[in-house]
Amino acid sequence: MPETSAGTLTTPEKPAKQKPGGTLYRGHEGMWSWVLHRITGVAIFFFLLVHILDTALVRVSPEAYNAVIGAYQTPIMGLGEVALVGAIVFHAFNGLRIILVDFWAWATRHQKVLFWVVIALWVVTMLAFTPRHLINVFSH
Amino acid sequence: MTATIEAPRTPARPARKGGANLEKWGWIYMRASGVVLLVLIFGHLFMNLMVGDGIQAIDFGFVGGKWADGFWQWWDVLMLWLALIHGANGMRTLVNDYTNPGTVQNVLKGALFAAAAVLIILGTLVVFTFEPCPAGAPADLLPSFCAA
Repeated sequence: MPETSAGTLTTPEKPAKQKPGGTLYRGHEGMWSWVLHRITGVAIFFFLLVHILDTALVRVSPEAYNAVIGAYQTPIMGLGEVALVGAIVFHAFNGLRIILVDFWAWATRHQKVLFWVVIALWVVTMLAFTPRHLINVFSH
Repeated sequence: MTATIEAPRTPARPARKGGANLEKWGWIYMRASGVVLLVLIFGHLFMNLMVGDGIQAIDFGFVGGKWADGFWQWWDVLMLWLALIHGANGMRTLVNDYTNPGTVQNVLKGALFAAAAVLIILGTLVVFTFEPCPAGAPADLLPSFCAA
């Protein structure tokens, strides 16, 4: 038999009003920031693999590099670059939020507010980036 | 026959004694490299997508002009190393979360390590052995300084 016991379970006098978690995924700002950090991280990782390979074509020939970079200059890929930059900007700002939550007690208590600060900064950054980029993509 | 049910939180293996705590250093690395990558990647995106004609200006000559300056060579190489290690280590976290210890997990982690190692070596060689004015290439595809 194990030497440690699990302790005695006591029934609370009044059942808690709050909804039980139910699953591993409990919703709210904490879960969604975590989910978005994972999804954006994976997407950026796979783009990074491709991006290093396409840039490596400068070592093959000017024609080979220009051909592949030309694919990045099409309207479809231009929209894809907005999504990519959106993923990077969210991952960057939410990464700063994670660092603050780790090291600063105030931020740990206010992690939900900080999630909305991240969203606000993301909106501002994307408002600065998206029109400029799309004008470059569609005006040539 | 009796089945022994272990107490909750019984360690799967005895606690490691001594040696470097690699998971702690990985945790620190993700935060330290993340802050540096924010600066490097935001700078990269600004220089390549926001200045001038943005993505429409990028071609072989653009890269040649940028890497003629050691500052941008080192910027890109630092970004390459930090980002690949950051990304591969992040993917390792997901593999740990979504697979059980065993062959599949080892193959996935091996693939992540191999991909990161190969691309770090490839990218570093490309940046430092880059030839901006290759012989026989059409002059209009090359950086303007090749004509001089």
